[in-house]
Amino acid sequence: MATPTIESPRSGRVSPGYSRSSASRGNFEMIAWLFMRLSGALLVVLIFTHLWVNLVSGDGISAIDFGFVAGKWADPLWQIWDLTMLWLAMLHGTNGIRVIINDYAEKNSTRMWLKGVLYTSTVVIVVLGTLVIFTFDPCPVIDGVAHVADYCPAT
Amino acid sequence: MSKTLVPAGTLYRGREGQWSWVAHRITGVVIFFFLLVHVLDTSLVRVSPEAYDAVIASYKNPIMGLGELGLVAAIVFHAFNGIRVILVDFWKKGPRYHRQMLWSVVGLWAVVMIAFSIRHLMHVFGG
Repeated sequence: MATPTIESPRSGRVSPGYSRSSASRGNFEMIAWLFMRLSGALLVVLIFTHLWVNLVSGDGISAIDFGFVAGKWADPLWQIWDLTMLWLAMLHGTNGIRVIINDYAEKNSTRMWLKGVLYTSTVVIVVLGTLVIFTFDPCPVIDGVAHVADYCPAT
Repeated sequence: MSKTLVPAGTLYRGREGQWSWVAHRITGVVIFFFLLVHVLDTSLVRVSPEAYDAVIASYKNPIMGLGELGLVAAIVFHAFNGIRVILVDFWKKGPRYHRQMLWSVVGLWAVVMIAFSIRHLMHVFGG
């Protein structure tokens, strides 16, 4: 069984994306590298608190329902918290997947397609999540029927 | 099948450095795909309270409860190992202690996961 030969770094062809002489990409990769560390540190605090409040404290997951979400988003702090978490986590995750695609997809067209799907998903999810946080209605009227809850005005 | 199977000149060193890197990638991908689903399920609050409650109810069954343990295990590892990566990159002595830091990450992860598992399974099976 033949053993694969792995060349040492920069011994031969260097992917244009990693070429040091090309200035076309500027210092994007350095900014991305730095962003992963800064957003990562913030996300540890944001997500651990999110998990504590939603899964550990009180009745944990068995307490989660529409009213639980309404209660949290009545407070602007949790709206901002969730919005920050959404944007940072999506950008952190998208950049991580981008790096993985660059590492394993060897064909230019494969990389282009995978990243196209990735960026499209990211934009859809970030826009959707942002709209949901800001247009949330704790007492919706659906097909003329008002939602009944103790925090909603009686009709 | 003899010694010639060992690749000569491979760059992969194995051990703590490489395997923590592999685990960081795998947990990262798992968390990313959950995040996509999680934003979609939360978005159901804009469809109707009933639609949201119906989907959240499925997260409360015991099989999904075990899945949530796996998800939290991935998140806690990725978080602690991420802090280790930051220390390796920015702390002067980080590269020298990267192995010790990985075993600290694994130890802390185990402690957090034992505590979380007890708490979460109480919520899932306790009704």
